[in-house]
Amino acid sequence: MIAVIVIIVILVVLGIIFAGIYNSLVGRRNRVDNSWSQIEVQLKRRHDLIPNLVEAVKDYMSYEQETLTKVTAARAAAINAGSQGPQAQAQAENMLTESLKSLFAVVENYPDLKANQNVLSLQEELTATENKISFARQFYNDSVLTYNNKIQMFPSNVIAGMFNFTTRQFFEAPEGDREVPKVDLR
Amino acid sequence: MDEQIRRNRRASWLLMGFVVALLAALGFVIGAAVLGGTDGGLGLLGVFGVVAIAWSILGYYSGDKMVLAVSGAHQVSHENEPQLFNVVEEMTIAAGLPNVPAVYVIEEPAPNAFATGRDPQHSSVAVTRGMMQMLDREELQGVVAHEMSHIRNYDIRFATLVGILVGMIALVADFFLRWSFWGGFGRRRGGGDSGGNAGAIMMVVALVLAILAPLAAYGVQFAISRRREYLADASAVELTRNPLGLARALNDIAGDPQPLRHANRATAHLYIANPLKNKKTKEVSGVFDTHPPIQKRIAILLEMAHVGLEALVPGRRAAEAAGVSAAAAGPAEAAGASNGASGLRPHDPPPPPAPPA
Repeated sequence: MIAVIVIIVILVVLGIIFAGIYNSLVGRRNRVDNSWSQIEVQLKRRHDLIPNLVEAVKDYMSYEQETLTKVTAARAAAINAGSQGPQAQAQAENMLTESLKSLFAVVENYPDLKANQNVLSLQEELTATENKISFARQFYNDSVLTYNNKIQMFPSNVIAGMFNFTTRQFFEAPEGDREVPKVDLR
Repeated sequence: MDEQIRRNRRASWLLMGFVVALLAALGFVIGAAVLGGTDGGLGLLGVFGVVAIAWSILGYYSGDKMVLAVSGAHQVSHENEPQLFNVVEEMTIAAGLPNVPAVYVIEEPAPNAFATGRDPQHSSVAVTRGMMQMLDREELQGVVAHEMSHIRNYDIRFATLVGILVGMIALVADFFLRWSFWGGFGRRRGGGDSGGNAGAIMMVVALVLAILAPLAAYGVQFAISRRREYLADASAVELTRNPLGLARALNDIAGDPQPLRHANRATAHLYIANPLKNKKTKEVSGVFDTHPPIQKRIAILLEMAHVGLEALVPGRRAAEAAGVSAAAAGPAEAAGASNGASGLRPHDPPPPPAPPA
Protein backbone atom coordinates (compact mmCIF):
# COMPACT_ATOMS: atom_id res chain seq x y z
CA MET A 1 0.00 0.00 0.00
CA ILE A 2 2.66 2.45 1.10
CA ALA A 3 4.81 1.42 -1.82
CA VAL A 4 1.97 2.24 -4.22
CA ILE A 5 1.50 5.67 -2.65
CA VAL A 6 5.22 6.37 -2.84
CA ILE A 7 5.29 5.39 -6.49
CA ILE A 8 2.28 7.58 -7.25
CA VAL A 9 3.87 10.56 -5.46
CA ILE A 10 7.10 10.09 -7.38
CA LEU A 11 5.23 9.90 -10.66
CA VAL A 12 3.25 13.05 -9.88
CA VAL A 13 6.40 14.95 -8.94
CA LEU A 14 8.15 13.78 -12.09
CA GLY A 15 5.12 14.83 -14.13
CA ILE A 16 5.20 18.31 -12.65
CA ILE A 17 8.92 18.69 -13.34
CA PHE A 18 8.40 17.38 -16.85
CA ALA A 19 5.61 19.87 -17.54
CA GLY A 20 7.65 22.73 -16.10
CA ILE A 21 10.61 22.00 -18.36
CA TYR A 22 8.40 21.53 -21.39
CA ASN A 23 6.62 24.83 -20.77
CA SER A 24 9.84 26.75 -20.30
CA LEU A 25 11.15 25.28 -23.58
CA VAL A 26 8.02 26.42 -25.39
CA GLY A 27 8.27 29.86 -23.78
CA ARG A 28 11.86 30.29 -24.90
CA ARG A 29 11.10 29.09 -28.39
CA ASN A 30 8.29 31.58 -28.68
CA ARG A 31 10.60 34.34 -27.51
CA VAL A 32 13.10 33.41 -30.22
CA ASP A 33 10.36 33.44 -32.88
CA ASN A 34 8.99 36.70 -31.60
CA SER A 35 12.35 38.45 -31.55
CA TRP A 36 13.07 37.13 -35.03
CA SER A 37 9.88 38.72 -36.34
CA GLN A 38 10.97 41.96 -34.67
CA ILE A 39 14.17 41.88 -36.76
CA GLU A 40 12.17 41.24 -39.90
CA VAL A 41 9.88 44.20 -39.21
CA GLN A 42 12.90 46.49 -39.00
CA LEU A 43 14.63 45.00 -42.05
CA LYS A 44 11.44 45.51 -44.03
CA ARG A 45 11.27 49.10 -42.83
CA ARG A 46 14.81 49.71 -44.01
CA HIS A 47 14.05 48.19 -47.40
CA ASP A 48 11.07 50.55 -47.66
CA LEU A 49 13.02 53.65 -46.66
CA ILE A 50 15.88 53.21 -49.11
CA PRO A 51 14.02 54.06 -52.35
CA ASN A 52 12.86 57.33 -50.74
CA LEU A 53 16.41 58.18 -49.81
CA VAL A 54 17.77 57.35 -53.25
CA GLU A 55 15.02 59.45 -54.79
CA ALA A 56 15.79 62.39 -52.51
CA VAL A 57 19.53 62.46 -53.15
CA LYS A 58 19.92 61.36 -56.77
CA ASP A 59 19.43 64.80 -58.34
CA TYR A 60 22.21 66.25 -56.23
CA MET A 61 24.55 63.34 -56.75
CA SER A 62 24.81 62.95 -60.47
CA TYR A 63 28.53 62.14 -60.12
CA GLU A 64 27.96 59.42 -57.57
CA GLN A 65 25.83 57.06 -59.60
CA GLU A 66 28.03 54.15 -58.65
CA THR A 67 27.35 54.56 -54.93
CA LEU A 68 23.62 54.79 -55.55
CA THR A 69 23.62 51.73 -57.80
CA LYS A 70 25.45 49.78 -55.13
CA VAL A 71 22.83 50.69 -52.53
CA THR A 72 19.98 49.73 -54.83
CA ALA A 73 21.63 46.46 -55.77
CA ALA A 74 22.41 45.61 -52.14
CA ARG A 75 18.80 46.30 -51.25
CA ALA A 76 17.54 43.95 -53.95
CA ALA A 77 19.98 41.26 -52.84
CA ALA A 78 18.88 41.66 -49.21
CA ILE A 79 15.21 41.29 -50.12
CA ASN A 80 16.03 38.13 -52.09
CA ALA A 81 18.01 36.67 -49.21
CA GLY A 82 14.97 37.04 -46.98
CA SER A 83 13.87 33.46 -47.57
CA GLN A 84 17.28 31.83 -47.17
CA GLY A 85 17.62 31.61 -43.40
CA PRO A 86 19.29 33.84 -40.81
CA GLN A 87 22.87 33.29 -41.96
CA ALA A 88 22.44 34.20 -45.62
CA GLN A 89 20.11 37.02 -44.72
CA ALA A 90 22.55 38.44 -42.18
CA GLN A 91 25.26 38.47 -44.83
CA ALA A 92 23.12 40.30 -47.38
CA GLU A 93 21.89 42.80 -44.79
CA ASN A 94 25.44 43.51 -43.68
CA MET A 95 26.35 44.31 -47.29
CA LEU A 96 23.44 46.72 -47.40
CA THR A 97 24.57 48.35 -44.16
CA GLU A 98 28.03 48.87 -45.63
CA SER A 99 26.69 50.41 -48.84
CA LEU A 100 24.50 52.79 -46.84
CA LYS A 101 27.49 53.82 -44.77
CA SER A 102 29.42 54.80 -47.87
CA LEU A 103 26.38 56.65 -49.21
CA PHE A 104 26.15 58.73 -46.04
CA ALA A 105 29.88 59.36 -46.17
CA VAL A 106 29.37 60.79 -49.67
CA VAL A 107 26.42 62.90 -48.52
CA GLU A 108 28.82 64.62 -46.13
CA ASN A 109 30.56 66.13 -49.16
CA TYR A 110 27.43 67.88 -50.43
CA PRO A 111 26.50 70.93 -48.33
CA ASP A 112 23.17 71.25 -50.17
CA LEU A 113 22.23 67.73 -49.20
CA LYS A 114 23.31 68.09 -45.62
CA ALA A 115 20.99 71.08 -45.29
CA ASN A 116 18.06 69.41 -47.04
CA GLN A 117 15.31 68.83 -44.47
CA ASN A 118 13.94 65.81 -46.30
CA VAL A 119 17.34 64.15 -46.47
CA LEU A 120 18.01 64.97 -42.84
CA SER A 121 14.83 63.34 -41.63
CA LEU A 122 15.40 60.32 -43.88
CA GLN A 123 18.88 60.06 -42.45
CA GLU A 124 17.51 60.10 -38.89
CA GLU A 125 14.97 57.43 -39.80
CA LEU A 126 17.61 55.22 -41.41
CA THR A 127 19.96 55.68 -38.45
CA ALA A 128 17.14 54.72 -36.13
CA THR A 129 16.21 51.71 -38.24
CA GLU A 130 19.87 50.70 -38.40
CA ASN A 131 20.01 50.87 -34.59
CA LYS A 132 16.75 49.01 -34.19
CA ILE A 133 18.05 46.23 -36.42
CA SER A 134 21.18 45.88 -34.35
CA PHE A 135 19.30 45.98 -31.03
CA ALA A 136 16.73 43.51 -32.30
CA ARG A 137 19.60 41.28 -33.42
CA GLN A 138 21.20 41.63 -30.00
CA PHE A 139 17.98 40.57 -28.29
CA TYR A 140 17.41 37.76 -30.80
CA ASN A 141 20.89 36.37 -30.31
CA ASP A 142 20.55 36.50 -26.52
CA SER A 143 17.25 34.64 -26.82
CA VAL A 144 18.78 32.04 -29.14
CA LEU A 145 21.67 31.55 -26.74
CA THR A 146 19.47 30.79 -23.75
CA TYR A 147 17.20 28.62 -25.88
CA ASN A 148 20.07 26.60 -27.35
CA ASN A 149 21.63 26.21 -23.91
CA LYS A 150 18.37 24.87 -22.60
CA ILE A 151 18.07 22.39 -25.46
CA GLN A 152 21.60 21.08 -25.05
CA MET A 153 21.87 20.90 -21.28
CA PHE A 154 20.72 18.10 -19.02
CA PRO A 155 17.95 17.41 -18.05
CA SER A 156 15.97 19.63 -20.43
CA ASN A 157 17.82 18.11 -23.43
CA VAL A 158 15.94 14.84 -22.84
CA ILE A 159 12.56 16.50 -23.20
CA ALA A 160 13.79 18.71 -26.04
CA GLY A 161 14.81 15.55 -27.90
CA MET A 162 11.44 13.90 -27.32
CA PHE A 163 9.48 16.82 -28.73
CA ASN A 164 11.77 17.88 -31.53
CA PHE A 165 13.01 21.18 -30.19
CA THR A 166 15.95 22.06 -32.43
CA THR A 167 18.68 24.63 -31.96
CA ARG A 168 18.44 27.94 -33.81
CA GLN A 169 20.99 29.90 -35.81
CA PHE A 170 22.43 33.17 -34.61
CA PHE A 171 21.99 36.31 -36.67
CA GLU A 172 25.66 37.16 -37.10
CA ALA A 173 26.79 40.71 -36.51
CA PRO A 174 29.09 42.41 -38.99
CA GLU A 175 32.81 42.47 -38.23
CA GLY A 176 33.96 45.07 -35.77
CA ASP A 177 30.60 45.50 -34.11
CA ARG A 178 30.53 46.58 -30.52
CA GLU A 179 31.55 43.96 -28.03
CA VAL A 180 29.74 43.19 -24.84
CA PRO A 181 31.43 45.12 -22.06
CA LYS A 182 32.07 43.55 -18.69
CA VAL A 183 29.40 44.58 -16.22
CA ASP A 184 30.94 45.14 -12.84
CA LEU A 185 28.51 45.86 -10.01
CA ARG A 186 29.92 46.94 -6.73
CA MET B 1 16.36 40.59 -13.36
CA ASP B 2 13.42 38.35 -12.44
CA GLU B 3 14.63 38.54 -8.88
CA GLN B 4 14.58 42.34 -9.08
CA ILE B 5 11.03 42.30 -10.48
CA ARG B 6 9.82 40.06 -7.65
CA ARG B 7 11.51 42.28 -5.12
CA ASN B 8 9.87 45.40 -6.52
CA ARG B 9 6.43 43.81 -6.57
CA ARG B 10 6.79 42.70 -2.97
CA ALA B 11 8.19 46.06 -1.91
CA SER B 12 5.25 47.84 -3.53
CA TRP B 13 2.77 45.81 -1.51
CA LEU B 14 4.76 46.23 1.68
CA LEU B 15 4.96 49.95 1.12
CA MET B 16 1.21 50.31 0.65
CA GLY B 17 0.58 48.24 3.79
CA PHE B 18 3.14 50.23 5.73
CA VAL B 19 1.64 53.55 4.69
CA VAL B 20 -1.92 52.49 5.45
CA ALA B 21 -0.82 51.28 8.89
CA LEU B 22 1.19 54.40 9.55
CA LEU B 23 -1.66 56.70 8.61
CA ALA B 24 -4.17 54.68 10.60
CA ALA B 25 -1.91 54.94 13.65
CA LEU B 26 -1.50 58.64 13.01
CA GLY B 27 -5.28 58.93 12.75
CA PHE B 28 -5.74 57.14 16.05
CA VAL B 29 -3.31 59.32 17.94
CA ILE B 30 -4.53 62.57 16.43
CA GLY B 31 -8.14 61.53 16.95
CA ALA B 32 -7.51 60.62 20.57
CA ALA B 33 -5.74 63.89 21.17
CA VAL B 34 -8.13 66.18 19.36
CA LEU B 35 -11.53 64.54 19.60
CA GLY B 36 -10.75 62.92 22.90
CA GLY B 37 -10.65 59.33 24.11
CA THR B 38 -10.57 55.99 22.38
CA ASP B 39 -13.75 56.67 20.43
CA GLY B 40 -12.28 59.73 18.77
CA GLY B 41 -9.11 57.79 18.09
CA LEU B 42 -10.92 54.89 16.48
CA GLY B 43 -13.12 57.24 14.49
CA LEU B 44 -10.20 59.07 12.94
CA LEU B 45 -8.32 55.78 12.54
CA GLY B 46 -11.15 54.59 10.33
CA VAL B 47 -11.23 57.78 8.31
CA PHE B 48 -7.48 57.91 7.82
CA GLY B 49 -7.35 54.20 7.03
CA VAL B 50 -10.00 54.41 4.32
CA VAL B 51 -8.41 57.51 2.83
CA ALA B 52 -4.99 55.85 2.83
CA ILE B 53 -6.32 52.72 1.11
CA ALA B 54 -8.16 54.79 -1.49
CA TRP B 55 -5.08 56.90 -2.07
CA SER B 56 -2.89 53.80 -2.44
CA ILE B 57 -5.23 52.35 -5.06
CA LEU B 58 -5.34 55.67 -6.86
CA GLY B 59 -1.56 55.89 -6.66
CA TYR B 60 -1.17 52.39 -8.08
CA TYR B 61 -3.38 53.01 -11.09
CA SER B 62 -2.90 56.74 -11.75
CA GLY B 63 0.30 57.59 -9.93
CA ASP B 64 2.14 57.94 -13.22
CA LYS B 65 -0.37 60.48 -14.50
CA MET B 66 -0.07 62.48 -11.29
CA VAL B 67 3.72 62.45 -11.37
CA LEU B 68 3.75 63.51 -15.03
CA ALA B 69 1.27 66.31 -14.34
CA VAL B 70 3.24 67.58 -11.34
CA SER B 71 6.40 67.54 -13.46
CA GLY B 72 4.83 69.64 -16.19
CA ALA B 73 5.42 66.98 -18.86
CA HIS B 74 3.49 66.87 -22.14
CA GLN B 75 3.23 63.88 -24.42
CA VAL B 76 4.97 63.91 -27.83
CA SER B 77 4.68 61.71 -30.89
CA HIS B 78 7.02 60.56 -33.61
CA GLU B 79 5.99 63.56 -35.72
CA ASN B 80 6.92 66.16 -33.04
CA GLU B 81 10.15 64.62 -31.79
CA PRO B 82 11.39 62.01 -34.23
CA GLN B 83 14.81 61.51 -32.70
CA LEU B 84 13.69 61.15 -29.08
CA PHE B 85 10.90 58.84 -30.15
CA ASN B 86 13.24 56.73 -32.26
CA VAL B 87 15.73 56.40 -29.41
CA VAL B 88 12.95 55.25 -27.07
CA GLU B 89 11.84 52.70 -29.68
CA GLU B 90 15.40 51.45 -30.08
CA MET B 91 15.77 50.86 -26.37
CA THR B 92 12.37 49.17 -26.17
CA ILE B 93 13.57 46.68 -28.76
CA ALA B 94 16.91 46.19 -27.00
CA ALA B 95 15.10 45.48 -23.73
CA GLY B 96 12.66 43.14 -25.48
CA LEU B 97 9.68 44.95 -23.97
CA PRO B 98 6.23 44.32 -25.46
CA ASN B 99 5.30 47.92 -26.25
CA VAL B 100 6.86 51.36 -26.54
CA PRO B 101 6.39 53.56 -23.45
CA ALA B 102 4.60 56.88 -23.83
CA VAL B 103 7.13 59.63 -24.48
CA TYR B 104 6.93 62.99 -22.66
CA VAL B 105 8.92 66.20 -22.80
CA ILE B 106 9.36 68.67 -19.94
CA GLU B 107 9.95 72.19 -21.25
CA GLU B 108 12.80 73.15 -18.95
CA PRO B 109 16.48 73.91 -19.63
CA ALA B 110 17.86 71.75 -16.78
CA PRO B 111 18.94 68.38 -18.23
CA ASN B 112 17.17 65.47 -16.54
CA ALA B 113 14.87 62.53 -17.21
CA PHE B 114 12.67 60.00 -15.42
CA ALA B 115 10.40 57.03 -16.04
CA THR B 116 7.13 56.19 -14.34
CA GLY B 117 4.22 53.77 -14.56
CA ARG B 118 3.10 50.55 -12.93
CA ASP B 119 4.52 47.95 -15.35
CA PRO B 120 6.11 47.84 -18.82
CA GLN B 121 2.67 47.85 -20.44
CA HIS B 122 1.72 51.06 -18.62
CA SER B 123 4.87 53.13 -18.61
CA SER B 124 6.13 56.55 -19.63
CA VAL B 125 9.50 58.18 -20.19
CA ALA B 126 9.93 61.92 -19.67
CA VAL B 127 12.94 63.94 -20.83
CA THR B 128 13.58 67.65 -20.37
CA ARG B 129 14.09 69.96 -23.33
CA GLY B 130 17.49 70.90 -21.94
CA MET B 131 18.53 67.25 -22.02
CA MET B 132 17.56 66.90 -25.66
CA GLN B 133 19.45 70.04 -26.63
CA MET B 134 22.57 69.27 -24.66
CA LEU B 135 23.08 65.58 -25.48
CA ASP B 136 24.04 63.97 -28.75
CA ARG B 137 22.26 60.87 -29.99
CA GLU B 138 24.58 58.39 -28.31
CA GLU B 139 24.32 60.12 -24.94
CA LEU B 140 20.55 60.36 -25.21
CA GLN B 141 20.50 56.64 -25.95
CA GLY B 142 22.40 55.97 -22.70
CA VAL B 143 19.94 58.05 -20.69
CA VAL B 144 16.88 56.42 -22.26
CA ALA B 145 18.45 52.97 -21.73
CA HIS B 146 18.84 53.82 -18.05
CA GLU B 147 15.15 54.71 -17.85
CA MET B 148 14.20 51.61 -19.83
CA SER B 149 16.00 49.48 -17.23
CA HIS B 150 13.87 51.05 -14.50
CA ILE B 151 10.79 50.17 -16.55
CA ARG B 152 11.91 46.63 -17.30
CA ASN B 153 12.58 45.65 -13.70
CA TYR B 154 9.49 47.36 -12.22
CA ASP B 155 11.47 50.02 -10.37
CA ILE B 156 8.93 52.44 -11.79
CA ARG B 157 6.05 50.85 -9.88
CA PHE B 158 7.76 51.09 -6.53
CA ALA B 159 9.32 54.50 -7.13
CA THR B 160 6.05 56.02 -8.33
CA LEU B 161 4.20 54.66 -5.30
CA VAL B 162 6.90 56.03 -3.02
CA GLY B 163 6.48 59.45 -4.58
CA ILE B 164 2.69 59.43 -4.27
CA LEU B 165 2.59 58.01 -0.73
CA VAL B 166 5.47 60.06 0.63
CA GLY B 167 3.77 63.11 -0.78
CA MET B 168 0.57 62.26 1.04
CA ILE B 169 2.16 61.51 4.41
CA ALA B 170 4.09 64.75 4.29
CA LEU B 171 0.88 66.56 3.39
CA VAL B 172 -1.17 65.09 6.26
CA ALA B 173 1.54 65.60 8.85
CA ASP B 174 2.21 69.10 7.64
CA PHE B 175 -1.46 69.98 7.69
CA PHE B 176 -1.89 68.68 11.22
CA LEU B 177 1.19 70.49 12.49
CA ARG B 178 -0.04 73.78 11.12
CA TRP B 179 -3.55 73.27 12.36
CA SER B 180 -2.43 72.42 15.89
CA PHE B 181 -0.06 75.37 15.87
CA TRP B 182 -2.74 77.90 14.94
CA GLY B 183 -5.82 76.72 16.73
CA GLY B 184 -5.67 73.14 17.87
CA PHE B 185 -4.68 73.75 21.45
CA GLY B 186 -7.39 76.33 22.03
CA ARG B 187 -10.11 74.00 20.89
CA ARG B 188 -8.72 71.17 22.94
CA ARG B 189 -8.88 73.30 26.09
CA GLY B 190 -12.55 74.08 25.58
CA GLY B 191 -13.36 70.51 24.62
CA GLY B 192 -13.52 67.80 27.23
CA ASP B 193 -12.31 67.31 30.72
CA SER B 194 -12.35 63.57 30.23
CA GLY B 195 -8.85 63.61 28.77
CA GLY B 196 -6.93 65.71 31.26
CA ASN B 197 -3.33 64.59 31.54
CA ALA B 198 -3.89 61.71 29.19
CA GLY B 199 -5.08 64.13 26.52
CA ALA B 200 -2.01 66.29 26.90
CA ILE B 201 0.24 63.23 26.58
CA MET B 202 -1.64 62.12 23.48
CA MET B 203 -1.18 65.59 22.06
CA VAL B 204 2.59 65.36 22.51
CA VAL B 205 2.64 61.88 21.01
CA ALA B 206 0.62 63.14 18.07
CA LEU B 207 3.05 65.97 17.47
CA VAL B 208 6.02 63.64 17.67
CA LEU B 209 4.34 61.23 15.27
CA ALA B 210 3.46 64.01 12.89
CA ILE B 211 7.10 65.00 12.80
CA LEU B 212 8.42 61.45 12.59
CA ALA B 213 6.03 60.20 9.93
CA PRO B 214 7.41 62.23 7.04
CA LEU B 215 10.95 61.49 8.20
CA ALA B 216 10.20 57.78 8.14
CA ALA B 217 8.69 58.13 4.71
CA TYR B 218 11.71 60.04 3.45
CA GLY B 219 13.92 57.38 4.99
CA VAL B 220 12.27 54.78 2.79
CA GLN B 221 12.72 57.04 -0.18
CA PHE B 222 16.45 57.49 0.44
CA ALA B 223 17.08 53.86 1.13
CA ILE B 224 15.48 52.57 -2.02
CA SER B 225 16.84 54.76 -4.72
CA ARG B 226 20.60 54.80 -4.53
CA ARG B 227 21.28 51.14 -5.20
CA ARG B 228 18.72 51.17 -7.96
CA GLU B 229 20.58 53.89 -9.83
CA TYR B 230 23.79 51.85 -9.98
CA LEU B 231 21.80 48.83 -11.10
CA ALA B 232 19.99 50.79 -13.80
CA ASP B 233 23.31 52.21 -15.04
CA ALA B 234 24.70 48.69 -15.38
CA SER B 235 21.57 47.39 -17.12
CA ALA B 236 21.60 50.39 -19.44
CA VAL B 237 25.06 49.35 -20.58
CA GLU B 238 23.78 45.84 -21.15
CA LEU B 239 21.21 47.34 -23.51
CA THR B 240 23.36 49.83 -25.42
CA ARG B 241 26.69 47.97 -25.09
CA ASN B 242 28.15 51.43 -24.89
CA PRO B 243 29.16 52.62 -21.40
CA LEU B 244 30.68 55.83 -22.79
CA GLY B 245 27.38 57.25 -24.01
CA LEU B 246 25.83 57.20 -20.55
CA ALA B 247 29.09 58.28 -18.89
CA ARG B 248 29.31 61.34 -21.14
CA ALA B 249 25.64 62.12 -20.56
CA LEU B 250 26.06 61.98 -16.77
CA ASN B 251 29.14 64.16 -17.06
CA ASP B 252 27.17 66.75 -19.01
CA ILE B 253 24.34 66.61 -16.48
CA ALA B 254 26.78 67.01 -13.59
CA GLY B 255 28.26 70.06 -15.26
CA ASP B 256 24.93 71.83 -15.45
CA PRO B 257 24.12 73.92 -12.39
CA GLN B 258 20.41 74.56 -12.99
CA PRO B 259 17.89 72.90 -10.68
CA LEU B 260 14.68 71.53 -12.16
CA ARG B 261 11.83 73.84 -11.16
CA HIS B 262 9.11 71.22 -11.51
CA ALA B 263 10.80 68.64 -9.27
CA ASN B 264 10.12 68.42 -5.54
CA ARG B 265 11.04 66.24 -2.58
CA ALA B 266 8.35 63.69 -3.42
CA THR B 267 9.45 63.17 -7.03
CA ALA B 268 13.21 63.84 -6.78
CA HIS B 269 14.15 60.16 -6.48
CA LEU B 270 12.54 59.35 -9.83
CA TYR B 271 15.04 61.37 -11.85
CA ILE B 272 18.25 60.04 -13.36
CA ALA B 273 20.26 62.69 -11.50
CA ASN B 274 19.31 64.73 -8.46
CA PRO B 275 17.08 67.51 -9.84
CA LEU B 276 17.28 69.66 -6.70
CA LYS B 277 21.03 70.05 -6.85
CA ASN B 278 21.41 73.70 -6.04
CA LYS B 279 19.02 73.81 -3.16
CA LYS B 280 21.01 71.19 -1.30
CA THR B 281 24.62 71.48 -2.37
CA LYS B 282 26.05 71.82 1.12
CA GLU B 283 24.57 68.61 2.39
CA VAL B 284 27.20 65.95 2.93
CA SER B 285 26.78 62.89 0.79
CA GLY B 286 25.03 60.48 3.11
CA VAL B 287 21.71 59.23 4.42
CA PHE B 288 19.72 62.08 2.97
CA ASP B 289 20.84 61.82 -0.63
CA THR B 290 18.35 60.40 -3.08
CA HIS B 291 21.10 59.71 -5.61
CA PRO B 292 24.58 58.19 -5.49
CA PRO B 293 27.46 60.58 -6.16
CA ILE B 294 27.40 61.18 -9.90
CA GLN B 295 31.20 61.13 -10.13
CA LYS B 296 31.22 57.60 -8.78
CA ARG B 297 28.64 56.52 -11.33
CA ILE B 298 30.75 58.02 -14.10
CA ALA B 299 33.89 56.33 -12.78
CA ILE B 300 32.19 52.91 -12.77
CA LEU B 301 30.96 53.41 -16.34
CA LEU B 302 34.40 54.48 -17.53
CA GLU B 303 35.87 51.38 -15.94
CA MET B 304 33.40 49.24 -17.90
CA ALA B 305 34.60 50.92 -21.08
CA HIS B 306 38.26 50.42 -20.08
CA VAL B 307 39.04 54.08 -20.65
CA GLY B 308 40.12 57.03 -18.57
CA LEU B 309 38.65 60.44 -17.94
CA GLU B 310 39.94 61.80 -21.24
CA ALA B 311 37.19 59.81 -22.95
CA LEU B 312 34.64 62.22 -21.54
CA VAL B 313 35.32 64.72 -24.30
CA PRO B 314 31.73 65.77 -24.89
CA GLY B 315 30.25 64.84 -28.20
CA ARG B 316 29.00 68.25 -29.17
CA ARG B 317 31.41 70.65 -27.61
CA ALA B 318 34.54 72.00 -29.16
CA ALA B 319 37.01 69.17 -28.97
CA GLU B 320 40.11 71.17 -28.17
CA ALA B 321 38.58 73.04 -25.23
CA ALA B 322 37.31 69.89 -23.58
CA GLY B 323 40.56 68.08 -24.33
CA VAL B 324 42.65 70.66 -22.53
CA SER B 325 40.45 70.80 -19.47
CA ALA B 326 40.01 67.06 -19.21
CA ALA B 327 43.78 66.72 -19.08
CA ALA B 328 43.97 69.46 -16.48
CA ALA B 329 41.43 67.77 -14.27
CA GLY B 330 43.76 64.84 -13.86
CA PRO B 331 43.01 61.17 -13.31
CA ALA B 332 42.97 61.41 -9.52
CA GLU B 333 39.39 62.50 -9.69
CA ALA B 334 38.17 59.35 -11.33
CA ALA B 335 38.83 57.37 -8.19
CA GLY B 336 37.25 59.75 -5.83
CA ALA B 337 33.76 60.90 -5.39
CA SER B 338 35.49 62.61 -2.50
CA ASN B 339 34.23 65.99 -3.58
CA GLY B 340 31.31 64.47 -5.36
CA ALA B 341 28.46 65.79 -3.25
CA SER B 342 27.83 68.73 -5.51
CA GLY B 343 28.24 66.66 -8.64
CA LEU B 344 30.11 69.53 -10.27
CA ARG B 345 33.29 69.04 -12.18
CA PRO B 346 35.72 71.92 -12.00
CA HIS B 347 36.30 71.97 -15.73
CA ASP B 348 32.67 71.90 -16.65
CA PRO B 349 31.31 75.37 -17.14
CA PRO B 350 27.59 75.71 -17.71
CA PRO B 351 27.20 74.46 -21.25
CA PRO B 352 27.06 77.20 -23.83
CA PRO B 353 24.61 76.71 -26.66
CA ALA B 354 27.08 74.41 -28.32
CA PRO B 355 28.21 75.18 -31.84
CA PRO B 356 28.02 72.10 -34.01
CA ALA B 357 31.43 70.48 -34.05
